[in-house]
Amino acid sequence: MQLLDLPKALELFDPVIGLEVHIELGTKTKMFSPAINPASVENADSCANLPNVCTDPVCLGLPGTLPTINARAVEFAVMLGLSMGCKIANTSVFDRKNYFYPDNPKNYQISQFYHPIAQDGKMEIEYQGSVFDIKIERAHMEEDAGKLLHEGEDGRIGTQGSTLIDYNRAGVPLLEIVTGPIVGTGPLAPKVAALFVQNIRDLAKSLGVSRARMEEGNIRCDVNVSLMPKGSSRFGTRTETKNLNSLKSIEKAVLHEICRQAAVLSSGDTIVQETRHFDEKTAVTLAGRRKTDAGEYRYFPEPDLPPLVLLDEYIERIRRALPPSPTEMRKRLLQEWGLTKAELADIYNADLLSEVQRTVECGIQPQFAKKWWMGEVSRIAASMKQSPSDIITPEHIAQLQKLIEEGKLNDILARKVLALVVEDGKSPLEVMQANGIELQTVDESALRDCVRDVLLSMPDIFAKIKDGKHQAAGPVIGLVLKKFGGSADAAKVKSIIMELASSL
Amino acid sequence: MIYKHDTSKPNGPLALSEGMRLHLEIARLSAYEMAEKIRKRELSVQEVVRAHVNLSNTVNADLNAFIHIGAEYAEKRAREIDAKLARGEVLSPLAGVPVAIKDNIATNFMPTTAASAILKGWTPPYNAHVSELMLDADMVVFGKTNLDEFAVGGSGVYSAYGPTSNPWSLHHSAGGSGSGSAAAVAAFCTPLALGSDTGGSVRQPASFTATVGAKPTYGAVSRFGLLAMASSLDHIGQCARNVLDAAILADVLYGHCAKDATSLDKEWESMQDAALAGKRAENAFSGLKIGVVRQYEADMVHPGVWDNFLLILQYMQDAGAQIIEVDAPSFLLSVATYYMLMSCELFSNLARYDGVRYGPRMGEELSAIHSMQKTRSLFGPEVKRRVLLGAHALASDNYTQCYAAAQRVRMLARQDYANAFEQVDVIVSPTAPVSAFSLDAAFSPAPPNPEEAYRADMLTIPANLAGVPAISIPSGFSEGLPLGVQIVAPFGLDREMFFVASMLENLIIDRLKINFDLFATAGKLTTTTAPKGASASDFPTGDKHTTASKDGDTPSK
Repeated sequence: MQLLDLPKALELFDPVIGLEVHIELGTKTKMFSPAINPASVENADSCANLPNVCTDPVCLGLPGTLPTINARAVEFAVMLGLSMGCKIANTSVFDRKNYFYPDNPKNYQISQFYHPIAQDGKMEIEYQGSVFDIKIERAHMEEDAGKLLHEGEDGRIGTQGSTLIDYNRAGVPLLEIVTGPIVGTGPLAPKVAALFVQNIRDLAKSLGVSRARMEEGNIRCDVNVSLMPKGSSRFGTRTETKNLNSLKSIEKAVLHEICRQAAVLSSGDTIVQETRHFDEKTAVTLAGRRKTDAGEYRYFPEPDLPPLVLLDEYIERIRRALPPSPTEMRKRLLQEWGLTKAELADIYNADLLSEVQRTVECGIQPQFAKKWWMGEVSRIAASMKQSPSDIITPEHIAQLQKLIEEGKLNDILARKVLALVVEDGKSPLEVMQANGIELQTVDESALRDCVRDVLLSMPDIFAKIKDGKHQAAGPVIGLVLKKFGGSADAAKVKSIIMELASSL
Repeated sequence: MIYKHDTSKPNGPLALSEGMRLHLEIARLSAYEMAEKIRKRELSVQEVVRAHVNLSNTVNADLNAFIHIGAEYAEKRAREIDAKLARGEVLSPLAGVPVAIKDNIATNFMPTTAASAILKGWTPPYNAHVSELMLDADMVVFGKTNLDEFAVGGSGVYSAYGPTSNPWSLHHSAGGSGSGSAAAVAAFCTPLALGSDTGGSVRQPASFTATVGAKPTYGAVSRFGLLAMASSLDHIGQCARNVLDAAILADVLYGHCAKDATSLDKEWESMQDAALAGKRAENAFSGLKIGVVRQYEADMVHPGVWDNFLLILQYMQDAGAQIIEVDAPSFLLSVATYYMLMSCELFSNLARYDGVRYGPRMGEELSAIHSMQKTRSLFGPEVKRRVLLGAHALASDNYTQCYAAAQRVRMLARQDYANAFEQVDVIVSPTAPVSAFSLDAAFSPAPPNPEEAYRADMLTIPANLAGVPAISIPSGFSEGLPLGVQIVAPFGLDREMFFVASMLENLIIDRLKINFDLFATAGKLTTTTAPKGASASDFPTGDKHTTASKDGDTPSK
């Protein structure tokens, strides 16, 4: 069928979207067992790409084993819930969602159906001056399933070929966030859907409750899309596109569903309520399972777990300790740091906000803190295939910068010291003492003589400088610094050059 | 194949050869006495274990009480414990005492099959918490006992390994689901065994075999490693030949367990002390308030059972106890409530048996989903029946009038107990409405009417719904088959249960002038009913409703 293009579709219909976002919580151990959580924020790569190593009898659902609730996962869920403005339930209840599937070790999933941990929140999305209030209907805790690898021809279960199962992910704690229907977004519907998930991602990252990497499946999203005829307020039949794992895919999937449904409806057909899959290559959604058995999960309260009771004091203690939200934080930092939106976004995307922030807290100007972390530190880290925060501390960066400001190091020496700090893990001062690094106090007249000699030996360049082409001074500075073995200050050399250029 | 009952087996009680009878010198000791002799080095653990293992291996041909007997393992454990004793190490009160475990409780040193074809040959990679506790207590776990598949049943016939015979009469059932544990204890194969009790599976077999079966307060004993039947109703309990032994084992098993979220975080008093206090108490019945449930009527149980129950009440009243009627209308709904809730939880608990991770796998050539379906055909018929019942009751269209309604009645049962225990110390009733079922007729191949079989659980079920502690002790015989009386105590007052049970045990043995030793008694009991000395007419029967005062005081004679 020919799709309608977006402007045409929006002439006829208003899109309604709804999102279900699954976040893997980065606790040390799994939701209901002491098995290592492969999605932990602390122990990265604990399963080292080997299947079925992050498992234990409980998360494998072996006979006789029993679940116990991970208190840290509850705390993380409460943090996220509160940050989304939700009401936290004093009593929430785990239920069993019964369905047979080989990646589901007990053939039931422990989830919260009747009484979720968080309800009634709200999140503000801002895009190009428009603000959308997204209602959070509920957020509930559950356990993740394992992963299937089909060796069949079409990669689908139920056909010939063997199926391999990796249970590393089985039992990883999840928080599922469900929005209310989002209306009135018009052409921005795809963008709003993606921005909502991006906000959730930034929030989870800033709270430290998830690795929050969509490409690794730490955050997965299902989108519901339906259309209502222009002027109507009755929702149409919706489809649910499952397991979108990038912001781009979310945007494209919503766009495709709007255009597809508009085409179906305007040709006089009806939308089938169904689950759809998004094909990354073609950016198209494909029909999946029809939802004829919708709701037949035979939910009932999990008898192995007593209701989860959270006292007000507990909830308030978590609320008081919450950091400001990423949105608030961004607004504040823009003002306080005097960086541009783009610069701040760079720091965010490099995941270095807290490093920069801690360096600033040590008394360093934001632009210098940013310069070190985004520049030399990131470069060394990349060459070591590590993350910048793993190779040096904000305190050491701050000390390095202070040594420069006190005139005890220049830029070149500071880089040398930085490399040694990364290598030894000692502080910049200790490294300088141990390696006998110090900035030689250079005799001003010797420096001046040296600059003069070099300038006179390079008449072409000197002429250019005299013409006001200051950038031509680079080779001169380089040569002078080389002669002084790095102990001369580049800025000082430059000022002497300029001085001589105007006087000679 | 599943309901194999060998009708060519000679009828009558279990008989022992002269050679085997020699083992009884050791095997007839109580666990308490055995432990004491081991501590004093009058008996070696190896001697004790060998006697029990030999006896078990021999009588199992007649009883089919064990699915697995680990002779070599037991021998090795016995040597280790003897060595500890020789080194003078201080050991636990039950060190060296043999114990058998119902085969739905995980052991990493013996197979754990739940008597189901779906777990044939499976040995778990971990121990149940209770298995671990008994190993820590230096007890010798030497065998796994037979049961109805996944504890689903009340007669032992639904075992993939065939039914267990009652040592008192080989053509009769030893009850269920804990058929093997009860039969093994009654036949002196072991002084102690573990059972699981979801609707009476420890207590009813005890009643059928003249042994003691105790079910704790819900949460007193960890369920970690018990292959769940119905999680909210499952309890691990003790099987023994006397109340004191059951209490001593309780002391090993009771306590908080971090691996079971429903485990109670409570310090438990010594049950052994409570039982000893009951055993030694003189005239402690005076002032004791014994509750009987008004709703239980004579025509609900077999006449022999009712007569025996009235006799026991008479003994207690004679000893000074006050018999008080209590009102528990919800108990009449308990069978329907129980079968609803149990089936729902069973449906979900048994979903994991799909051949993917453990146990035999069927249809290897099929896709994963179809192989799972085919593997699940290995369940027996009664499991299938109840799983289907649960699936039906939990369907979203039926949830409200099935599961949710049953949960409300369950609350009423708790309330009825709470109200009753404001007036009385304990509640007593017969343990089961009948004595042991015949294996020849009614249960071959399956009961014609499952509801009828389900009603046989009516007296034990309320305690599971409410999670209150309950114990069955031998109370006499009817037509040569044992009977039991049940004592139910308030939630958490297990010590009160052991105290009263121990006292009543003394009283019954004293007044009946018989003991419940199979090899001393069985041959002489073929036609015996309740002994002379008291008759049912001595105690108020049907008309007590009208004569009882409003506050439930004892009716006058």
